[in-house]
Amino acid sequence: MYKTEIRGKLIDGDKSMDQISREILAPIDAKTPKWWYAAITVSLILFGWGIYSIYITLTQGIGTWGVNNTVGWGWAIINFVWWIGIGHAGTAFSIFLLILRQKWRTAINRAAEAMTVVAVGCAALFPLLHMGRPWLFFFIFPYPNTRGPLWVNFNSPLFWDFVAISAYLLISASFWYFGMVPDFATIRDTTKSKIKKAVYGFFAFGWTGSTKEWLRYEGLAFVLGGIAAVLVVSVHSIVSTDFAVSVEPGWHTTIFPPYFVVGAIFSGFAMVLTLVVLMRKLYRMENFITDSHVDAVCRILIFISLIMGTAYITEIFIAWYSGSPYEMFTFFHNRITGEYALQFWGMFIFNALVPQLFWFKTVRKRLWVVFIISLLINWGMWFERFNIVVTSLSKNYLPANWAEYHPTFIEIGMFVGTLGMFAFGVLLFFRYIPMIAISEIKMVSKFDKPQVVPHKEKSHE
Amino acid sequence: MKTYWRSIEELADPNELRREEARQEAKQKSLLLRGDERLTASSRRDFLKTLGFSLAAASIVASCRKPVEKAIPYLVKPEEITPGMANYYASTYFDGTDYGSILVKVRDGRPIKIEGNSLSPVSQQGTSARIQASVLNLYDEARFKGPLLNNNPVTWETADREISAYLDGGKGKSGKTVLLTSTIISPSTRQIIRDFISGTPKTEWIQYDASPASGMLSANKLCFGQWAIPDYRFDKARVVVSFAADFLGTWLSPVEYTKRYSAARQLRDGQKEMLRHYQIEAGMSLTGANADVRFPVKPSEEAGLVLALYNEVAKAKGARTYSGVSSSVDISGIAVDLLENKGKSVVISGSNDENIQVVVNAINQLLGNYGETLDWNTALLTRQGLDPDMERLLDDLKSGQVSALLVWDVNPVFNHPKGAEFAEAIEKLGLSVSFSERKDETSVVCKYVLPEPNYLESWNDFEPKSGIYSLAQPTIAPIFDSRPAQESLLKWMGKEQKYHEYIQKTWAEKYYPRQSVFADFRLFWNDSLQKGVFELVSPVEVQYNAEPLSLAAAKLEPVKPGVELVFYESVAMGNGKYANNPWLQELPDPVAKISWDNFAAVPVEYAAANGLKNEDVINLNGLELPVFVQPGQAKDTVSVALGYGRRVAGKVGEGIGTDLYPMLPVKNGIRSNYLENVTIEKVPGTVYELAISQTHHSMEGRPIVRETTLDEYVKNPEAGNEMRNEVLANSVTLYEKPSFNGHHWGMAVDLNSCTGCGNCAISCQAENNIQVIGKEQVRNRRIMHWIRIDRYFSESPDNPQVSFQPVMCQHCDNAPCENVCPVAATPHSEEGLNQMAYNRCVGTKYCINNCPYRVRRFNWFQYVNNNRFDYNSNSELGRMVLNPDVTVRSRGVVEKCSMCVQRIQEKKLAAKLEGRPLAEGEIQTACQQSCPGNAIVFGDLNDPESRISKLFQYKRNYHLLEELHTLPSVGYLTKVRNQA
Repeated sequence: MYKTEIRGKLIDGDKSMDQISREILAPIDAKTPKWWYAAITVSLILFGWGIYSIYITLTQGIGTWGVNNTVGWGWAIINFVWWIGIGHAGTAFSIFLLILRQKWRTAINRAAEAMTVVAVGCAALFPLLHMGRPWLFFFIFPYPNTRGPLWVNFNSPLFWDFVAISAYLLISASFWYFGMVPDFATIRDTTKSKIKKAVYGFFAFGWTGSTKEWLRYEGLAFVLGGIAAVLVVSVHSIVSTDFAVSVEPGWHTTIFPPYFVVGAIFSGFAMVLTLVVLMRKLYRMENFITDSHVDAVCRILIFISLIMGTAYITEIFIAWYSGSPYEMFTFFHNRITGEYALQFWGMFIFNALVPQLFWFKTVRKRLWVVFIISLLINWGMWFERFNIVVTSLSKNYLPANWAEYHPTFIEIGMFVGTLGMFAFGVLLFFRYIPMIAISEIKMVSKFDKPQVVPHKEKSHE
Repeated sequence: MKTYWRSIEELADPNELRREEARQEAKQKSLLLRGDERLTASSRRDFLKTLGFSLAAASIVASCRKPVEKAIPYLVKPEEITPGMANYYASTYFDGTDYGSILVKVRDGRPIKIEGNSLSPVSQQGTSARIQASVLNLYDEARFKGPLLNNNPVTWETADREISAYLDGGKGKSGKTVLLTSTIISPSTRQIIRDFISGTPKTEWIQYDASPASGMLSANKLCFGQWAIPDYRFDKARVVVSFAADFLGTWLSPVEYTKRYSAARQLRDGQKEMLRHYQIEAGMSLTGANADVRFPVKPSEEAGLVLALYNEVAKAKGARTYSGVSSSVDISGIAVDLLENKGKSVVISGSNDENIQVVVNAINQLLGNYGETLDWNTALLTRQGLDPDMERLLDDLKSGQVSALLVWDVNPVFNHPKGAEFAEAIEKLGLSVSFSERKDETSVVCKYVLPEPNYLESWNDFEPKSGIYSLAQPTIAPIFDSRPAQESLLKWMGKEQKYHEYIQKTWAEKYYPRQSVFADFRLFWNDSLQKGVFELVSPVEVQYNAEPLSLAAAKLEPVKPGVELVFYESVAMGNGKYANNPWLQELPDPVAKISWDNFAAVPVEYAAANGLKNEDVINLNGLELPVFVQPGQAKDTVSVALGYGRRVAGKVGEGIGTDLYPMLPVKNGIRSNYLENVTIEKVPGTVYELAISQTHHSMEGRPIVRETTLDEYVKNPEAGNEMRNEVLANSVTLYEKPSFNGHHWGMAVDLNSCTGCGNCAISCQAENNIQVIGKEQVRNRRIMHWIRIDRYFSESPDNPQVSFQPVMCQHCDNAPCENVCPVAATPHSEEGLNQMAYNRCVGTKYCINNCPYRVRRFNWFQYVNNNRFDYNSNSELGRMVLNPDVTVRSRGVVEKCSMCVQRIQEKKLAAKLEGRPLAEGEIQTACQQSCPGNAIVFGDLNDPESRISKLFQYKRNYHLLEELHTLPSVGYLTKVRNQA
């Protein structure tokens, strides 16, 4: 039970339970704002570019991309890793903060989880489409067959990847969805529109709010949360093995699993920050998403940024310490200096140095600065993946094979398309789903002075 | 147990309360589901129903059907054809320039592959890239489908009637008839031509070489009275000095010379000596890249250097020296080396200047090389054309003295410097006939086109060197309506005779009586036909005449100031005859690694001083050309390849590169291969994209090509390869060493024998159905060749040392590609091969990324049957060249060298059927079979007696990137340079 007296207020505005429900549900029932239409149009245009790119890719082949026989993976894999990283935030928020008993998460976790699901969906597109023959993607699934039987290669990190990502998508989507069932029921019960009643009613799964249902609900959340907690760590560890298991200089390192997981959480939190700042501004949710929420996320980012900086320096040190000329070349001549220096320094500055500004309270208090820094971190994390994927591949062992890599219009379109898809998903979320978990936030909305009849409150707990 | 209760009711009857709760819940649910509220609710059942429906719908929509393909069996089986079994026929390739004795592999009635004929003393089982690619010329859509008159179909009868009437002095014919051919080395054809000339009024025969050796022929005529070129026995030589003769790439008989050159540089059998090679040239040729010592000089400097070398040798020998032109470059060391190897050296020059060739002959004569390394008994006959003849012809054409021109196998409109004038003159003629097999610049200006069959469809005989004969036989019925030109000539003489019979008659009359092995002509003929070659060498008496020397020495021209533009023929394209062959267009230049274009090679220093970089455009005397900064390019020179810029060639070759022939200078009727005083201007702001397939030229100090010098090697055979011991000592693994019970296939590449010519790449392309992807995709670094030749430069960029290294799949026994494939599409065979299961591959490209050698190739597009890739695989005709033993890969799968697994299986099966073990050397991979350098050895590593096992024990042997513990099955033998 959350004691406001001890821990401080988590939501402002001395709201009643009814008020909380009404305010959170207001955007769903209210007239759709003009900016929303503008934003969704833009996102659909971007998404359209992506759809066109996918169409070209499917009909003509991945030859329409800039990848070649030296750099076999390009933007597609960069974007995949980047989106998966962003997709870590939701679950990390819900699970880690739950484990650490950070009750303030309740105002943000719904948004974070929604973002996770959309981001993982974006991410999942890339491994599928970067295949030479995506229509045979099911070969990667170990299904019983008459060909021998022919099984998949259980040694391959790509197979682990496939398992980890599908599991993660399934678990995080279920976790998010089941968390929303009581809120859907609330909408079903309060809305006046018949269509909404039908649609939300369908998704509410016949929720009645009985004690038994609450018990089941909590139990399910507990089980899914438990599984998801493991997945948060495992997914990006496994994604990192795609690189770490190889022999490529700059990839073949043991630091990768923790480095990737931390990096993922870093980018995820940064994206949460981006979204939450927008959400709070656009829907005037200052009472729910308070300054202290933003402040807390900023503090976490300082900490993770320090880990990132350490990881970068460790990598460079180990490259030197290994004495391997190939490793040294990759780090010292193809990252720190050389034609990809811009991407390296972009990564280093945006991820390791810029977030250190959060040490200053003045920075944390200025939301527009926070917003810009959160975008820079996202950008920096994209650079990090570019660094890993492209620099190692472009100049590896035999200099005769060294090649440059430049993305094409189609590849850029795929990335922009997923940005559009992400924005589209998030906008739909803003519009049709309660942005804040109503039922959960009510649990932490205890008031200092008894405004409402105390015993009614009790029955809720 | 203590009883807890929530309410009085519960205390009274706990079960009743639970029931009551359930009732309440059910009631609430039924309320929700009732009446107009019904809409608002759904159950898990509804959810599952929806889910199931969508899944079923999706799977029905997504299910599709595969197209049915039908195989139709023979109703009547053709003789000699067994489906699935290849027949080999000995034949001969001669395109007017290059000669090769070959075996043609015929599968199901289609020639699909050329192999070298091991019985030939000329090509010695070697081929060149052009010979390998020639099989594709057969299936070229640019070939004529039948006889034409003014570009309209005409019948043979009409054409014969009209032409023979005209030739016999028909109306309007006032001048003479000229038969313009390439060098004809066919004894039967020469006989027909001689008969034709004597039998037809006012007829003349001119042979025209697109790659002339005119200066050399006339020098030999002056010095030795021979219209021929001596046989260069590089295999017997200890020192070779070449003045810009690209004898390993394009000069005279490169396959034969490469065979002999690499034989003289072999160190595999304990040799302590090897040939030392000096190259003096302007542009970095393939030959220069293989030289031990290379002097980059301007082409006009050559005369002074040749004379200086002569004077040094003459001084030592007490012969007369000549003053005259001189050079600032000091080559006195070469003279010392030559004098130490008298009778064991070869001095050659690629110049077309008769005077230089006379002085070169004098040097060889002083060194006593004639009779030793230069042999007149088997003189080379593949060049017969004299440049001044063409000038004379052009004058005659213009002045109207010629009224009929029969053009056979030459394309002067394109590859003569005055081609435009030829075109104009030919168009005005009363009769012009082209016998061309395919359309070209000359055939389009000719009135009649009477196409001759492809060489794979026809009979012929050859005498490439005096006393050495070979035969060509058809391997397929003519695909189009064609007729051998010989038969046309016979017909116009009034003789109805098949050329095949004519050849037999010639052989029966000329050669059969001179041999003593066979008592019956049919046996002799069958034997010659089966072997493809026949030798009847008789010694020739040749006298050296020193007289022309003094005049020649006096006539040598001094060095000119200014920039010189050097013209050369590229290894793939030659004089551009087969520009419509996509395999050749896509073969990267051995040195520049550029395909699909010619380019201006500029010196590094000049480029740095003038801010030029690759793909900039420069203007050379009004002609704009893309720049390639070429290490080793001599100061004040720019090199450009001829043979590009075809205007009429077919869909592939037209408009590729720039035509440089009009810029070739002709001095006193002689073609010179460089142009003096050229102005270079950078064309600002223009970029011309080049398909460069290797952009980094340094090994970055990595032990990739391990090399040493001969002195070091003699002291310690391990020289240059010391690292191997260290790697072996530090090699630690947690896993069991992979073991192979049956065979364990391995390959060794001798870097000392490989010249980098690119024959293996095309041979592999033909064998393994490798697709052509075009300029744009090559530029995108997606070339499909399974074997590529890496080229590295070392030392100074002004005069670098060059290393070539063929790299194919290394078939690692601890292969990084294998364990990362998620669908197990690339497993390891029980015989140590790294295999590709194409139909299992989904194309994640992880294997490509994890291959440290980058030998894996990806099908980025559908390269077959796709209008975007309109090369040989976009038509039924072009696809006839495909090898039915090798899968044609679809879009989206990875492919790579299989070590010709189809050949391994074929021979294994043959041995099994015959109940015997596989013989050593029985299996030959495509790259190995026709390698002119004998650089590749393939065999069973499990057989301790095999050549490969022995090579793997050599101190020179190492594995590429062996420090990664990939355990490759391919070994490399260190490169040894013969330097002090």
